[in-house]
Amino acid sequence: MAITYTSGEQVEVYRFSIPATVLIPLGALFLQVWLPLKFPFFLIFDLPLLVTIGFATARRNPLAGLVTGSVIGIMQDALMHQPIGLFGIAKTVVGFGASSLGIKLDVENAGARFLLTILFYGVHEVVYFVTARGLIGLRMARSWPHELLSCLANALLGVFVFMLLDRVKKRT
Amino acid sequence: MDVLGRYRNLIVLVGVLFAQVLGLAVQVRRTTDNEPTRLIRIWAVGAVTPLEKVLSWARTSTSDVWHNYFYLRGVRAENRALKAEIERMNLEQVRISQDADQARRLQALLSFKEQFISQTMAAQVIGSSGSELSRSVYIDKGEKDGIRPDMAVITADGIVGKVLRVYRSTSVVLLINDQTSGVGALLDKTRLQGILHGTPAGEVQLEKVMSDEAVLAGEQVLTSGGDGIFPKGLLIGKVTSVSQGSELFLNIHVRPAADLSKLEEVLVVTKIDERQAAPDQTGAARAVDILAERLPSVPVKPDANDKTPATAKPANPATLPANLPANVPAKTEAGGKPKPVPSGPSTAQTLTPSVTPATASNTTKPLPKPVKAMTEGKPQPPADSQPVEDAPH
Repeated sequence: MAITYTSGEQVEVYRFSIPATVLIPLGALFLQVWLPLKFPFFLIFDLPLLVTIGFATARRNPLAGLVTGSVIGIMQDALMHQPIGLFGIAKTVVGFGASSLGIKLDVENAGARFLLTILFYGVHEVVYFVTARGLIGLRMARSWPHELLSCLANALLGVFVFMLLDRVKKRT
Repeated sequence: MDVLGRYRNLIVLVGVLFAQVLGLAVQVRRTTDNEPTRLIRIWAVGAVTPLEKVLSWARTSTSDVWHNYFYLRGVRAENRALKAEIERMNLEQVRISQDADQARRLQALLSFKEQFISQTMAAQVIGSSGSELSRSVYIDKGEKDGIRPDMAVITADGIVGKVLRVYRSTSVVLLINDQTSGVGALLDKTRLQGILHGTPAGEVQLEKVMSDEAVLAGEQVLTSGGDGIFPKGLLIGKVTSVSQGSELFLNIHVRPAADLSKLEEVLVVTKIDERQAAPDQTGAARAVDILAERLPSVPVKPDANDKTPATAKPANPATLPANLPANVPAKTEAGGKPKPVPSGPSTAQTLTPSVTPATASNTTKPLPKPVKAMTEGKPQPPADSQPVEDAPH
């Protein structure tokens, strides 16, 4: 496992084609709302979050990361019946953080990606919790074992999602 | 200027976050009637649901082809079992219709208004909210199909939720286990009323029932009709546990009768009618009435002015269909059209419940001896031809 500190010149920056940029987040959103109907346990995953982290770390551009995060988050909010912005804010922060960290660290291997997903899953949950409780006053039921399980499950799935994203990303 | 360039990313981040926080504040202040985010929701739903519809259609079609044309193993046996079930249910229906008639008569006496579902629309569930933080599903029917917000959504097992948002060809259904939902509910036996809420964990809880009331696990919970969305009397679920809650109220946990995590098809209640309760004049005739009508009974003492001879009369003429001659019993078809019932023993055999013990105790037991004879297949002479004095006791 290697999470190494690198200079900006050493890390490789990738880009995604326009169809991939549009269709992959849409596909993630689609699977997120469709799969739980057949497999209710799938609700513990957050595919749009994994795609946000994957795009942000590959592009290594904080502005692109935050825009990607906010768009995916707002779309996810729109599919739920909660006020739009809760997931938007959380994923904006994650997108910005993941791309900023991507500049500093080499996150090309599976171990680093696993840890990175755990970190940003935690950030996402904290930001969401603070926003939902502080701004909206939503009641939230949080169970630590469930959160831990969800975090690990997302980190594992994240490794595979990033491998799939590797196939469509292009070196700039 | 140099500072702005250096912190450009951070400034953009703060700007984007500020804009979203501002947007949240606006949404929280406004009511849902004037939703400022409707356009964003339409775009998001429009981007995702077409694929869901296609997949849902493909899955249903494949399943239909497989089950209707290829996988027919055991269909004959199942058919036989279903026919037997129908027979049993027909007998059960006779008993239930008696109770219903009685209830209608009582309601009519008290000038009650009753609500009933007069129109529903079947819809397929094509998507979920995709998060444990929001319990809702998407259905494949929308505005163009006549769906409107606040319509009740049910299954054969129990209620599911209500229509929250309607788009052109899809709708969002808020499930009863969502923390923002609320359903007027009452307990079946104790008739205590409360409000059913979802919890953040996705469970269902009945609130506002005073802690000095006796509520037992296993009791059924029904809709009370007080919310103006669900008609009264629909099954919600069963009480699973009862504990002392905050203040003066009980914490009553309810397990929904409908499996909310595996919904495939639902019914949207598109029309609820309200009418003054009146005794059913077109419903199925009761077996006892039909039999009583054929049998002689103690006649009403003729009035001094009444010169007509004393003949046998139905025990309860009020329950006979109004559009039929007094001594012609009727049987209602599925569409509610009265159909003459052939006279003779077969009628009694058809309508006299004899399978389920409960049914038998309700109807067969109080019948006089000739009924037994009829059920055994011995023909009886017409009631009005038999003199009163010969009536067996």
